[in-house]
Amino acid sequence: MANGTSAYIRRDMVAPQPAPPGATGVSHWLKTKLFATPKDIVLTILAIALLVYIVPGMVDWLFIDAVWTGDNRAACATIQQGGVLPDGQSGACWAFIGAKFQQFIFGRYPLDERWRPMLVMVLFVILLIPMLLPKAPFKGWNALALFIILPVISFFLLIGGVFGLEHVETPLWGGLMVTLILSFFGITVSLPFGIILALGRRSELPVIKTLCVAFIEVIRGIPLITVLFMASVMLPLFLPDGWTFDKLLRALIGVSIFSSAYMAEVIRGGLQVIPKGQFEGADSLGLSYWQKMRLIILPQAIKLVIPGIVNTFIGLFKDTSLVSIIGMFDLLGIVTLNQSDANWSTPVTPVTGYIFAGFIFWMFCFGMSRYSAFMERHLDTGYKR
Amino acid sequence: MAGMALNSDTPQTKTTSSLINDPRVRGIFYQILTVVLLVLFVWTVAQNTIHNLQRANIASGFDFLKGRAGFDIGQSMIAYSSDSTYGRALVVGILNTLQVAIIGIITASIIGFIVGIARLSNNWLIAKLAQIYVEVFRNIPPLLVIFFWYKGVLTILPQARDSLVLPLGSFLNNRGLFVPKPIWGDGTWMMLVALLVGIVATVIIARWAKQRQMRTGQPFHTVWTGLALIIGLPAVTFIALGSPITFDFPIAGRFNLSGGSVLGPEFMSLYLALSFYTAAFIAEIVRAGIRSVAKGQTEAANALGLRSTEITRLIVLPQALRIIIPPLTSQYLNLTKNSSLAVAVGFADVVAIGGTMLNQTGQAVEIVALWLVIYLTISVSTAVLMNWFNSRMALVER
Repeated sequence: MANGTSAYIRRDMVAPQPAPPGATGVSHWLKTKLFATPKDIVLTILAIALLVYIVPGMVDWLFIDAVWTGDNRAACATIQQGGVLPDGQSGACWAFIGAKFQQFIFGRYPLDERWRPMLVMVLFVILLIPMLLPKAPFKGWNALALFIILPVISFFLLIGGVFGLEHVETPLWGGLMVTLILSFFGITVSLPFGIILALGRRSELPVIKTLCVAFIEVIRGIPLITVLFMASVMLPLFLPDGWTFDKLLRALIGVSIFSSAYMAEVIRGGLQVIPKGQFEGADSLGLSYWQKMRLIILPQAIKLVIPGIVNTFIGLFKDTSLVSIIGMFDLLGIVTLNQSDANWSTPVTPVTGYIFAGFIFWMFCFGMSRYSAFMERHLDTGYKR
Repeated sequence: MAGMALNSDTPQTKTTSSLINDPRVRGIFYQILTVVLLVLFVWTVAQNTIHNLQRANIASGFDFLKGRAGFDIGQSMIAYSSDSTYGRALVVGILNTLQVAIIGIITASIIGFIVGIARLSNNWLIAKLAQIYVEVFRNIPPLLVIFFWYKGVLTILPQARDSLVLPLGSFLNNRGLFVPKPIWGDGTWMMLVALLVGIVATVIIARWAKQRQMRTGQPFHTVWTGLALIIGLPAVTFIALGSPITFDFPIAGRFNLSGGSVLGPEFMSLYLALSFYTAAFIAEIVRAGIRSVAKGQTEAANALGLRSTEITRLIVLPQALRIIIPPLTSQYLNLTKNSSLAVAVGFADVVAIGGTMLNQTGQAVEIVALWLVIYLTISVSTAVLMNWFNSRMALVER
């Protein structure tokens, strides 16, 4: 525009006016979000009353009245219970967690050998982080290292007996270590088995289909604990004389069988929504059955059901706590076991232990579900059905 | 039918390809191979099992069910003593499983629906509290919640002589919850008859009311009439008969409570944990279901001049239920299956009793088979019931 010719055109925009008072700020938020209607006022007051009733007591119990240091039960018990605290005081016994922390992580793994599970842990984290970041390169090699090479190395590292490492029997393993081993193994095994079962269930070959349907439905119809009992009392019966199965291995087999059946149903859900044209397109390109599945169908199907897959993982992670019932000491099992330690038994010890274990479980599960939400957004190619 | 897209569908060329490349022949070959391998596997396993059982001198067959159990059960709905048979013990277990499952399902549904609706509330505080509840309970193993209640809360309740006094003549202490026990006097059956009459009358009235509304558009207060009939008729009978039901109240003794019926800490912890845990999942299902009803539905209902309770009851809920019911069914089944965690706290459910029997008799194969049959029966019958309900609720397309 040449200057001067169009004097009536505004050059400077009018500054935006502030929103009318009462439509922004704290008072507006309070009015619309907390006190919008008489019903809301009542509900808000009730909720605040509930919070006032619960939160201060909880903070007191968890932090202020809690015992942070100490060597034995005396630190956490009141005078009446044979301790040092004044009567009537009750708080979490974090000293118990501090004293037993190593055990909660490694179980009864020999003290001098604990660098081995720690090394495995470090390797796991190093391999896992690039696997989780969508932008990190070399996904194929990374997966190979994480899912094939790492388990083999970890097996020899943890159990020992080779390369001059001391042999550590699996009954000595325990704590968070066993929880993580069980869930990682379960996850690694259940995904491929779940895919095979899901494909089998949708197969046209009647024998294969019947077998897969029967397996999936039976396993999904019964509780995990019966599967674990089955694995722990029936597997030994199935083997020839002189063969024995390690207890940890039995639990691993039970957990894997169980989660494979659930995984199969999740993946079937994904396979069902792939349009028929994709199958026909693959066929017309002359791809074989496995090429078609591997290159065309499964990448789309699995992407669609990522939330379901992660939910299965979370379920599996929580379910590993059941192995404590068949006499193994995973995180929950070792926490329960340590409560009966006479050196530490006070009325607050069990609650403290369970809050600690619950927090650890919660952190892992919550992390997984957040990651799944992130992946869902990341993989969303924009044509959601 | 995307499943048609298997190899057998590809057009067959009859000119050059040999039998090896014929997809149908290959399919048959693979199936025969699978069957042969499976039979071999099962045969080997069966041989090993028979051999191992003989070596360990363990009997087989279900005759052991007639033997004397020899163990006591803390909580039983039918008469049971250690002299009863294993079969009876198993029935006690099944009843206990069903008891905790049914009460748990009812409680979990109530909490779940409340929390699910609260998560959608416009009230920020209520929505946040509901969200915290869901995020906490969904991400913690149910077994841990059971232990938390059992070892953390219920066992540090006061001793029997310092019991907490609850309303309605109930007491709570570290031996469980003591509640009044109803004693069914003469003429109780009359009340049952009255209840049945009330239910039948309600069904008939509901049918008539629906037909009338279809014909004339006149609504009828079916819910209130039905409630009046179902509660009123037995109540009238109760008064007319001069209150045949009396209550046996628990009485605080010096060291323990006597009378009443007791819900042990094992039952309480299992029931509370299962209800709270499953409620978190039900809440998410309810939220997703309600959110799936398009906003236009509510707005259109508003435009028609329906009141907000009517909008919920007639417009939103029927559509949301369609989405809610299938996943709700699987949550109910999950709760039933999770009730097997009873074994961890020693509540005598079917798995705990089966485990004891297994330790005593060593007949692993039979007991695992019984577990399978029992749980599959429960699963299948729940699924059939809920599928029937679902088909009643499903969209009828014209």
